[in-house]
Amino acid sequence: MQWTKKDLLGLEYLSPEEIELILDTAESFKEVSTREIKKVPALRGKTAVNLFYEPSTRTRVSFEVAAKRLSADVINIAAETSSVRKGETLIDTGKNIQALKADIVIMRHSCSGAANMLARSLDISVVNAGDGWHEHPTQALLDIFTLKEKLGKIKGLNVAIVGDIAHSRVARSNIWGLTKLGAKVTLCAPEILLPPGIETTGAKTSSNIDEVLKNADAVNVLRMQFERDEGAAFPQQLDYFKKFGITEERLSRVKKEIIIMHPGPINRGIEMSSGVADGDQSVILEQVTNGIAVRMAVLFLVSQAKEAKS
Amino acid sequence: MKEKAKILDQEGINRAMIRIAHEIIEKNKGSADLCIIGIRNRGVYIAQRIAACIKQIDNVDVLTGALDITLYRDDLALASGQPLVRKTEIDFDINDKNLVLVDDVLYTGRTIRAALDALIDFGRPKSIQLAVLVDRGHRELPIRADFVGKNIPTSKKESVEVRLKESDGSDEVLIAEKE
Repeated sequence: MQWTKKDLLGLEYLSPEEIELILDTAESFKEVSTREIKKVPALRGKTAVNLFYEPSTRTRVSFEVAAKRLSADVINIAAETSSVRKGETLIDTGKNIQALKADIVIMRHSCSGAANMLARSLDISVVNAGDGWHEHPTQALLDIFTLKEKLGKIKGLNVAIVGDIAHSRVARSNIWGLTKLGAKVTLCAPEILLPPGIETTGAKTSSNIDEVLKNADAVNVLRMQFERDEGAAFPQQLDYFKKFGITEERLSRVKKEIIIMHPGPINRGIEMSSGVADGDQSVILEQVTNGIAVRMAVLFLVSQAKEAKS
Repeated sequence: MKEKAKILDQEGINRAMIRIAHEIIEKNKGSADLCIIGIRNRGVYIAQRIAACIKQIDNVDVLTGALDITLYRDDLALASGQPLVRKTEIDFDINDKNLVLVDDVLYTGRTIRAALDALIDFGRPKSIQLAVLVDRGHRELPIRADFVGKNIPTSKKESVEVRLKESDGSDEVLIAEKE
């Protein structure tokens, strides 16, 4: 299996084999972070630019750590403090970064499709770190990596995604990735947060959290994104917690162990109780650790693909 | 690839392993503080076999590990194909150990250069020695082996194929002509 894509834009565009290749490569990279000297020279002399048009701490830092552990140089650009405020277009910003002879642009943007557009305009690699409601491929890859590590396989698993499906790029990337690898995905949310037509992706939908938990091997709990909505469409926070929040009481009614995931940052007492977030079934912090390995694998593969082409 | 000659058969490989095990013990005056690390893939199997021989001779379980050197290759940026990154597994402290690095074939020496760089990132062994099943010559770097199963003079047009039971189903070393 060879990696041939210069960009990583979304899991929709990858074959199951390409997803497996990223996961297998990430498994090898995980060991690097356990060393006393947590660094390998694979991307020595390469420059990665973090271009973030939306606030982010964990994804940006995770990419930065990943790039540095591969010995790449990292430059961070936050759009609020850059020429974007003077009216520069995304493509112009991208071309300027390319003219600086950077090798990889890691971009987060509030518009769906922004990464695809940038990738078409540039010869250097573009890695999507989240675009609007479209995709957040590395988050889904690290979720799937963590699941595979915990349960040994993805094929045949029942995975529930609970929460704000409508506004969630994490949900979309997870649906693509999980179904391509043979898992069954159930989306669980109040009806107003389930976008019409989402079933065409192959995922089932439900608004009964207790039923969904009964059949699930793992639950990916999404953050309620209050910043994306003025509040009209969202149910009251307390009401949501009562009907959909993952609590110890709710989990105790399910006979088996369920793996609890969350992409962070957690709203404690809204999506899940503190007891669940910190409990034995939670793998939330392991997801953060695995995120580094997955992003190292992605950065390594896209930069190798470019070398092979030229 | 046209097969030209069989250089070692199963017995030949076994005898080489046993001799190398004896030489390692002799040079290091026993097997205390010894560890053996194989370079992926076939070096790992040879390392395990040498460790098993040392166990038979000295009744000591020598620490063994596996090293993947992909991320340290000097041709990573040039490689036309794409090397698969595999796992490095060294679950012990290499500081102050007498470390024996093992590979199947010693050729240009560039793999060993990468392996040395990788090992130094893990710590500071007391010494690093090199054991190979086959030394085929044509070095491009100032590197030599301490323990050699068999020296095989080759031309650069030939290729040396090591087959091991663990990865290839049989034990043999062949010389083939590149066509």
